Amino acid sequence: MRRRAFLVPTLLALGFAFLYVPILTLVGYSFNNSRLVTVWDAANSPTLKWYVALFRNQQIIDAALLSVRVAVMTACGAVVIGTLAGLVLARFGRFRGRTLLSMMTTAPLVMPEIITGLSMLLLFVALQQASDALFGGSFNRGVTTLTIAHITFSISYVTVIVRSRFASFDDSIEEAALDLGARPARVFWRVTLPLILPAIVSGWLLAFTLSWDDVVISQFVSGPGSSTLPMVIFSKVRLRVSPDVNALATLMVLIVAVAVVGSASWMQRQEKRRQREIQMATASNG
Amino acid sequence: MAASSAYRSVRTQPPAARLSSGWAPLWQIFYRFGPPRWSEYVQHNWVGKPLVTALPMLWLLLFFLVPFIIVLKISFSDTVIAQPPYTPLWEWAEEFGHRTLVIKAHLRGYTEVLTNSLYISSLLYSFKVAGMSTLLCLLIAYPMAYGIARSAPATRNLLLMFVMLPFMTSFLLRVYAWMGLLSNNGIVNNLLLALGIIHEPVTMMHTDFSVYIGIVYSYLPFMILPLFTNLEKHDNALLEAAADLGARPWKSFLRITLPLSRPGIIAGSMLVFIPAVGEFVIPSLLGRPDQLMIGRLLYDKFFATLDWSLASAVAIGMLLLLVVPMAIFEYYQNRELEVRK
Repeated sequence: MRRRAFLVPTLLALGFAFLYVPILTLVGYSFNNSRLVTVWDAANSPTLKWYVALFRNQQIIDAALLSVRVAVMTACGAVVIGTLAGLVLARFGRFRGRTLLSMMTTAPLVMPEIITGLSMLLLFVALQQASDALFGGSFNRGVTTLTIAHITFSISYVTVIVRSRFASFDDSIEEAALDLGARPARVFWRVTLPLILPAIVSGWLLAFTLSWDDVVISQFVSGPGSSTLPMVIFSKVRLRVSPDVNALATLMVLIVAVAVVGSASWMQRQEKRRQREIQMATASNG
Repeated sequence: MAASSAYRSVRTQPPAARLSSGWAPLWQIFYRFGPPRWSEYVQHNWVGKPLVTALPMLWLLLFFLVPFIIVLKISFSDTVIAQPPYTPLWEWAEEFGHRTLVIKAHLRGYTEVLTNSLYISSLLYSFKVAGMSTLLCLLIAYPMAYGIARSAPATRNLLLMFVMLPFMTSFLLRVYAWMGLLSNNGIVNNLLLALGIIHEPVTMMHTDFSVYIGIVYSYLPFMILPLFTNLEKHDNALLEAAADLGARPWKSFLRITLPLSRPGIIAGSMLVFIPAVGEFVIPSLLGRPDQLMIGRLLYDKFFATLDWSLASAVAIGMLLLLVVPMAIFEYYQNRELEVRK
């Protein structure tokens, strides 16, 4: 028993080191003065010059703004469609097409991105041809196609989260509301939605990150002049490592860390408050 | 009207009845004398249900399923220099003196994929890389998931958050980090040289090793999370019983914990293996220049040579090979989501 108690924590610590050391090196070398990423210029470091260079780079700023726009639209769209799909799969029982819907919401989780990207692009090309024939070319690839593609692959993640939230409580609360005379739509807004709200919030955040992060599918479906941030970074680092990308990475790590730690501590406080309220309620009843 | 008020219970009254009160008596007759299951039918087939189902269904049909049908269609066409660069599968032509629907299916894409050793070898190589990376991922992720599942509930959430945190930062930048670590004058080589372990830099970039590292690093959370969800549910009483009966910790791990965690192992492995086969970014940044993975080959065929029908045939071939692992994943995923109730 004693040996295992030692072995598992060691492996856990090594695993976390593996996860974090590369990110920390990125952060460290973003303050390096040398243009060579891996040679530490001790005389002139630390420096903020790569951060200055980053904020002067209009291409990166434009791409970041575009990425945020697409990610927000994607997260909102995917949350609506994904929640509905989760509701249908978890609560509507058997109906014709259920297996198909279930398959279409789980398959994108594992589908290689390159296949999804290719198929989406071919669909948009076909739509483009159709619109050329019918309306004289009003449909072009760009922000719209990017958003549609991102929504499509994000839906599955939202659906999985919402579905497992549904699975964690039974439908007797909803049935009680129906028995008390609430109509289905009202039951959804007043009973179901508040219960699955945590799942919806984490689904929104996940869809946002997935869209913000995507390279391969965006490469396929975006049009000329609509390059997202990952596309710009990819074309930059494909040629060689460059220190301003390190600065960008550091900023992104910082933002994500603050957001995640902040939301986690907020949720923990909420949970503690709930526990306390339950305790007080049971104490006053007893 | 006294009899009708008995049916005024909101639950049994369809929404339509309230919309047009003039029709209410008719509904009530139906309720009273209609087929016995009529009211139940209205209740369970409330008009909102089809509408709610329709939105995700139509969206996914149009943007997920139809695209695959288009890929299938283009895989049977031939490449020409035109806009778009493939021949139509069907067209109306003047033949036999009539307007006739002519269907021309080409198998060039498929024969090229099957006969040109380039495709077969890169496909095999992709499966090898994905398989090795999945195995490495499992070896690293299992102890981590086990350690997290066995820790106290308060630390457990914290540790899970630390697993997810790198996953939230850009995937591309995490791969990029390894470019700086693994290159010939990179951090790892400099460190090893300074420590005197090696005397000249070891080539690690653009090898199989760097691709494994990249895939394992990027997909590790996908392996840890399903394993954790499974391991967390295990009943500790089983291990205690085994210990009481004299089993060594290792033996009870091999005989109890490992077999019970099979669904988690399978789900995690599929979540890593299937996307890794088609991985494009990692081999582009870290991979061997002499041996392309299939995803990279597909990309090049599509964008560089504009050979859309060949790229589509490659995609269809990949899908056919991945259908079995995908079905396994689907099965375990659905079981996970439905049995828990």
